[in-house]
Amino acid sequence: MSHAQSHTALIWKVFAFLSLITIVEVILGIAKPDFLNLTQLLGTSILNWIFLILTLVKAYGIAWYFMHLKDEKTWLRRAIVWPVVFLIGYLAFFVLYEGAALGEILKEWTRWTY
Amino acid sequence: MEAIIADSQKNGAWSGGGNKPFDSSYGKMMMWFFIMSDALTFSGFLGAYGLMRFKFLDSWPIADEVFTHIPFIHGSYPMYYVAFMTFVLIFSSVTMVLAVDAGKHMKQNKVILYMFLTIIGGFIFVGSQAWEWKTFIKGSYGAVALNDGKIVQFVDATGHQVTLQSFASSAHNERIQQTRSNGIWFQSESGLPSVSLQQVKEGFASHSEISLRTEQINLDTKEKTIVSREEANKLLNMSTHVVEGANLKENEYGKTLFADFFFFITGFHGFHVLSGILINIIIFFNVIIGTYQRRGHYEMVEKVGLYWHFVDLVWVFVFTFFYLI
Repeated sequence: MSHAQSHTALIWKVFAFLSLITIVEVILGIAKPDFLNLTQLLGTSILNWIFLILTLVKAYGIAWYFMHLKDEKTWLRRAIVWPVVFLIGYLAFFVLYEGAALGEILKEWTRWTY
Repeated sequence: MEAIIADSQKNGAWSGGGNKPFDSSYGKMMMWFFIMSDALTFSGFLGAYGLMRFKFLDSWPIADEVFTHIPFIHGSYPMYYVAFMTFVLIFSSVTMVLAVDAGKHMKQNKVILYMFLTIIGGFIFVGSQAWEWKTFIKGSYGAVALNDGKIVQFVDATGHQVTLQSFASSAHNERIQQTRSNGIWFQSESGLPSVSLQQVKEGFASHSEISLRTEQINLDTKEKTIVSREEANKLLNMSTHVVEGANLKENEYGKTLFADFFFFITGFHGFHVLSGILINIIIFFNVIIGTYQRRGHYEMVEKVGLYWHFVDLVWVFVFTFFYLI
């Protein structure tokens, strides 16, 4: 809790960092290079993994520097971050796994030609 | 009385000015717990979206083909507009955190300026969101629905989508809009599509360069399947009506579920932004009349700041899952 000094310089640095990530995301989203978009890795394309990781990095930047989690007491930070990360990871894993299983079953019953 | 009422000064109970667990005030910690529960709510919605997306992996609409519009400019420009919206929200987060920073140094005028900029950014974002909805509801090319609920779209020789108007025949329309004055007195309909199914069928028969595209995605190329002429005629024979634009019941871009999730999740997020703006405005006026200057600290600004950053945080994920992945 460094009340005395101003964080202005750090704030602009974080903004530049978040903007850079967004620009990279947009460029990749428009270009969609085939070698990233069409190569499968662990259930989805490499491009989607890149998007996911960049998003989590952005989320870290916002939570740690804009929401000041970095300046909070260690165990307050952990009490906030750990449950959220664990519960969302848990939910996402089962829900996406289930969705893929439903898709596999549905595939045999969907007609595309008549 | 002293025996039953916690005195924050004497007993160190948790109230304004007393001892604080984790050096955090009651209000700030409760804001954090609210944010946690809201984060779980949003992850539930996005998880449901993910489930349906994986379930219909071979027929989900391709976002790059859906959100291609920029105000005042014609043509197909995927991503740019939503990237602009993302920047607006990130920038309003920056001004918010600058307001919190100025508040820690008791600089009232700076807090006023930065809170004002934050509110303006919020309005620009909500306005952009409204425009995005309007464009999505209006639609861009038009499509035809089959009797089993699937959607077929029309493409030219290069594989790009074309509007129904560009090839539909100009033969007279087979029906007029039903209003309460020309049909059964208690029935009416909101409007007819700009071209009728008959006109589309005739136009398709006379334009051999137009092909028909189904919702099915070829997972090797990640493109929708363009079918042969005879297959297209078979599909058109089981068509029921023309679909223009998207709503909760049908969607010219493909799966209706895509429109449902889009309206629900971006709507829920937009509602958060709107309430964030309202809370910011209340605090903004409190800053102007000097409430926090007299109180001796600007923690209220910090608390609404937490909420505002959370709204930004959610948008980062909505942006990824709806527009990028």
